[in-house]
Amino acid sequence: MSISAMRDYYVAASRIGFQRDIQYRGATFINILGFMIEPAIYLVVWRTVAIEQGGSVGGYSVDDFTAYYIVWTLVRVMNLAHAPYAWEWRIRGGRLNEMLSIPVQPFHRDFAYFIGSKFVWILMWIPVAIVLTLTFQPRLDPQPAHVAGFLVAIWTGFAVRFLLLYLMGMVTFWTTRGQAIFDLIVAGELLLSGRLVPLSLMPGWVQSVSNWLPFQWSFQFPIEVAIGRLSNIEILQGLGMQMLWIAGMGLAFARVWPRALRNYTAVGG
Amino acid sequence: MRPIGPVRLAAIHLKVAALNEFQYRLNFFVQLLQSTVALAVGLIAIAVVYSHTESLGGWSQAQLLAVMGVHLLIGGVIRTFIAPNMRRLMEDVNDGTLDYALTRPADSQLMVSVRQFSIWSGIDIVMGVLVVLWAGLAVEGAIGVLGTLNFLVVILCGSVIVYSVWLAATTVTFRIIRGDYVMQLLDGIYEAGRWPVTLYPTWLRLTLTFLVPLAFAVTVPAEVVAGRLDGSSLVWAIVVTAVFAVGSRVIWRRGIRRYAGASA
Repeated sequence: MSISAMRDYYVAASRIGFQRDIQYRGATFINILGFMIEPAIYLVVWRTVAIEQGGSVGGYSVDDFTAYYIVWTLVRVMNLAHAPYAWEWRIRGGRLNEMLSIPVQPFHRDFAYFIGSKFVWILMWIPVAIVLTLTFQPRLDPQPAHVAGFLVAIWTGFAVRFLLLYLMGMVTFWTTRGQAIFDLIVAGELLLSGRLVPLSLMPGWVQSVSNWLPFQWSFQFPIEVAIGRLSNIEILQGLGMQMLWIAGMGLAFARVWPRALRNYTAVGG
Repeated sequence: MRPIGPVRLAAIHLKVAALNEFQYRLNFFVQLLQSTVALAVGLIAIAVVYSHTESLGGWSQAQLLAVMGVHLLIGGVIRTFIAPNMRRLMEDVNDGTLDYALTRPADSQLMVSVRQFSIWSGIDIVMGVLVVLWAGLAVEGAIGVLGTLNFLVVILCGSVIVYSVWLAATTVTFRIIRGDYVMQLLDGIYEAGRWPVTLYPTWLRLTLTFLVPLAFAVTVPAEVVAGRLDGSSLVWAIVVTAVFAVGSRVIWRRGIRRYAGASA
């Protein structure tokens, strides 16, 4: 496929993704509301801890936590990706057959769909963000470099997480009991990404482990860029790390996909 | 022919569900692994919080363990008994097959509440009980016989409360929007019960006390174990339970009266 054909395909497919989600905007909105409960809980817990410790803990003040978890909500909306569980449904129900009969890699189709639906999610996120901002009053003072870095980092962070979950989904070509493995990885992500708590509040060895894993590049890194905790050099380094993970996992996917397909026997459809 | 009593009706369905799931024993181990992972994450989260502070809003680490245990226990009740039935109810409304349940010679609310169980999720109930026992031993001063009785009463109240809320939410929303999102939202809100509701800002605390009363379903039972319950909370828990049970019954009756069937 030529580059211009690919570009046209991405534009068309992401438009479909956008239209599908705007059609179900009520459901999307309820979904977002559900998502906002998680950071609200963490925020309340860590603010309480910070207040009880005299205003700050692990280098984070009450205001820092507020800013962290409010930006968290946008980052979470942005890094939503194709759930590995969905592969099981595709394979069992034979829906993959239909995808394979189109001369476009399913990866591109899914990725483009998600890009399109991001815009709907961001629209739906705005009112929630306004309510959260009025309730918790974060102190955000972003510099132009932070804003620019953030705008790039949320998209590359999305690509990191999308590739990671997509690779995990490949497991379902070999076993129908992927759920247990996914749960382990999701738990790992929760603890090692900055999703539950900024990694600087974790013990040192946890931070060392997380440096060898992709999780923090789609959670903590974009958040820290936005709330101004990183220098310009650190932002560039982080973007570089994201690119490395994207390249590495992209190569891995290119190798795994043909094998997965060889292992696939169509069911129904 | 005399209709079967409610307890027997539930027991028969439970038995069928058990026989069904015993065919898939591997699922037991998958569930065991999942529950263990969830428990570990919860314990780690508490450990991380208490590595930075001695007390959280007046709750010690052992007391917070009690909250987590009750949260796990009631969560297990939801996943084993309540959510599977409500999901089935929603599917039936979508497919028009609810008529099969409504035409049975039994109370319709009872019928839709005892048809589907997820037996292996019961592991969460067992783990919840173990964590509660652990917390009970770790908190200073044993709770004694009276405390244990109190605990059983408030846990029963908590289970009835979450059942009522889930039923009411399912009944109200199955006419408006796709119900699976509402289930997700309820699951999300339930997560808030993992921490004592006294920590939350007023608006959230009020929501969690009167709208989705996790305060009574989770925090109050945990207060019994933590030895911080005052008598009035116990009375309130019983009153709130009665209000929610009756309220959800009324909502169900109205919903069913307006139900016209989708296709059957």
